[in-house]
Amino acid sequence: MTIALEIKNLHASIGEQPILKGINLLIKQGEIHALMGPNGSGKSTLAYTLAGHPAYDPTAGQVIYDGQDLLEMEPDERSRAGLFLAFQYPAAVPGVTLAKFLRQTINSRRQAENPEDSGISIPAFRRLLKEKMDMLGIDHKFAGRYLNEGFSGGEKKRVEILQMATVEPKIAIMDETDSGLDIDALRVVSEGAMRLYREMNMGMLVITHYQRILNYIQPDYIHIMLDGRIVESGGPDLALKLEEEGYDWLREKYGITETA
Amino acid sequence: MTNFTKEAVKQLSAYLNEPEWMLALRLEAFDVYESLPMPTPQLEDWRRTDLRRLKLDDFGPSVNGDAGADATIPDYLGKQLTTDEAGGNMLQVDGVVKALTLSDGLKAQGVIFCDMHTAVAQYPDLVQKHFMTEGVRIDEGKFAALHGAFWRGGTFLYVPKNVKAAAPLHSVLWVENGKTFTHTLVIVEESAEVIFMDEYASANGQQAGIHNGVIELLVRDNASLIYAGLQDFGANMWQFNHERGRVGRDGKLDWVTSMMGTRLTKAFQTMELDRPGAWGRMSGIFFTNGRQHLDLDTQQNHNAEDTTSDLLYKGALKDKSRTVWQGMIKALPGSQRIDGFQANRNLMLDKTARADSIPGLEIEADDVRCTHASAIGKLDPEELFYLMSRGIPRKTAVEMSVQGFFDPLMRRIPFEGVRERIFGRIVEKLG
Repeated sequence: MTIALEIKNLHASIGEQPILKGINLLIKQGEIHALMGPNGSGKSTLAYTLAGHPAYDPTAGQVIYDGQDLLEMEPDERSRAGLFLAFQYPAAVPGVTLAKFLRQTINSRRQAENPEDSGISIPAFRRLLKEKMDMLGIDHKFAGRYLNEGFSGGEKKRVEILQMATVEPKIAIMDETDSGLDIDALRVVSEGAMRLYREMNMGMLVITHYQRILNYIQPDYIHIMLDGRIVESGGPDLALKLEEEGYDWLREKYGITETA
Repeated sequence: MTNFTKEAVKQLSAYLNEPEWMLALRLEAFDVYESLPMPTPQLEDWRRTDLRRLKLDDFGPSVNGDAGADATIPDYLGKQLTTDEAGGNMLQVDGVVKALTLSDGLKAQGVIFCDMHTAVAQYPDLVQKHFMTEGVRIDEGKFAALHGAFWRGGTFLYVPKNVKAAAPLHSVLWVENGKTFTHTLVIVEESAEVIFMDEYASANGQQAGIHNGVIELLVRDNASLIYAGLQDFGANMWQFNHERGRVGRDGKLDWVTSMMGTRLTKAFQTMELDRPGAWGRMSGIFFTNGRQHLDLDTQQNHNAEDTTSDLLYKGALKDKSRTVWQGMIKALPGSQRIDGFQANRNLMLDKTARADSIPGLEIEADDVRCTHASAIGKLDPEELFYLMSRGIPRKTAVEMSVQGFFDPLMRRIPFEGVRERIFGRIVEKLG
C-alpha cells in the first residue's frame, strides 16, 4: 500500500511567533517534491514541526500520515512509522558512537514490534553498516567516532543519509542537505538518496535554496514557500525560473514586502 | 554489641593473631582517634558534609566476619570472578577471604596478591614498612585513625622490580554485616607494571552500615599502575575513605574511581607526584539519586619539577541528591615546569539535586601550567530530540545520553564486563 503524508492547513508557532500560516501539501510514496523559498519563509519550521520538535507548536490544521494523526505521535513513533528528517544542523551526541547509535535505531524498531527482541546480532549489524558506509563513501573508522562530534559539515550530511539508508523510511524530508557540500559530496549524497528512492519507493520532500541538488534529485513537483505559505506549485520548470529570476516577482505577486 | 574501645582493638588484634607491631599501630591509631573530635561543618574539609545523624558507636568493629558464612553474593559478581580476563581474583565477605586464585604465570613472576591479614602474617617486612607510613597516615583525620585502629580485610598487591604483571588482578569486597574497614595496599616496585581492579559492594540493607576504608597506592620509579576502585554499596552505607597514591620518577598512576552507592560518602583522594617525570591521572565517575550525599576531596600534589597531573571527575545527579567536589592542585616551591589540570562536570537530571564544584590552586612555583574547569549542565534537549527523531524512545535516548556523558571515562576502566555492569547500574538508577 502506498503511504502518504497529507498536510492540511497547518499552522505552527515558535513561542508566540506564528511561522507557518496554513500549509497544504500531499506527498505520496514514490514522489519527489522540492520545497524552495527564501530564508525565513518557514521551510525548516515545516520540517521540524513534521518531525515533532518540542519547540515547534502546531496551532491549527492537521497532518495525516498513513491514516494516522501525525501531530499526536511522539517524535520516535513518527520515525518508526517511516517518516525521516535529514537535519540541516544535526546535533552532536558526545559519548555515543555512530555504530552504537545506528544499532539502537534498528533495535528500537525491532523492539517496538516485539518487546522480547534481543536486537540485531553484532556480525549482521557490522555487515549492514559496512555496506551502507561503502555506498556513501564513508570511512569505516567513523563507526567508532562519537556521533557528529567534530564532524565537518559534509561528513554530517553523509551521516544523515547513512541514517536514512539504515532506517529505510517511507517518506523522507531532506532539510537543506545540499548546504555545505562540495560538488563531489553533493553527488554522493544525492545518489545515495536516489538509490533509496528507487529501491524503497521512498517519497521525498527536498528543501533547498538552490537548483543544483535538483540536477541529481529530480523532483516531480516544485513548491515555493513565502511567509509561511506555499504560494506556487508546479513542475520542474518552476525551479529554473526561480534560479533565473529570484523571488522578487513572487513577492510582488503576493504582496509580501519583507520576509521575517 | 562491641563499641570502638581500646579493649575492642586488643580483641580484634588477638582474634587475628597479629604480631606486636600491628597491635602497637592499632593502639596508637586508637589514641589518635580518641584525641580527635568528630568532624563538624566548622572544619574547612567538612564544611559541606554534616555528620550529626551519624551514630558511629552503633556500628562497632567487624571482627570475625559475622554473617559472612551464609552470604549470598550476587551472581554478577560471582560470574565476574570466573571470567578469565584477570590473572588473579579474590572475593572477600566482611573482610574474610571466600575465594582466591592467582595464575601460575603471576606466581612465577613473584607477584603477591592476597588479603591484607595474610600479608601481615606472611610478608611482615614489606607490610610493616609500608602500611600507613607513606600513603595514608593514622593522624590524617578522625576516620583515618579509626581505620588504623580497626581495619579489617582488604587487598595486598605487590609487584616486584621489573615485573610486567602478565594479567590484571581483581578483588571484590562484599559486605554482609554492614561494617567494613578494608585496607588496600598496592606496591609497584621500580619499572614494574600492573592493572588492578578493586570493587566494593553490598546489598541495600535496612540498617545503617559503614565503610571506613584506606587505599594506598605506591608506584615506584618508572613503574606503572592502572587502578580502578569501584564502589557500589547499598544506600544504607556511610562511607569515610582516605586514599593516596604516590608516584616516583617517570612513574605512572592511572587512577579511576567509580561511586554509585552509599547514603553518604566522604572521601579524601590524594595524588602525590614525588619525583620528576611522574604522571598521574585521576578519573571520577559518580551517579547519585534519592537523598545520596557524596563529598569528594581531591588533591594533586606536584612535589617535584616536570610532573604532570590530569583530573576529570564527572557526576550525574538525580532527585534530591547532593555532590561536592573540592579539588586542589598544589605545587611546592621549585616544582617548575609542572602541568596540572582539573575539571569537574556535573549533569543535573533534576532541579532538586545540587552539585558544588570547587576547584583550587596553590602554586608556589612560577614556571607552571595549571588549569581548571567546572561545568554544570543538563541533558541537551536537541540531543534527545535528535535521538528520538531516529525512532529511539525517550527513555532509551536519556539512557544513551547519560551513558555518553560518562563514556570517555568509562573507557579507562580495564574490563568490558565491568564497564557494562556500571552502565547497567546507571540505567537502573535512572529508573
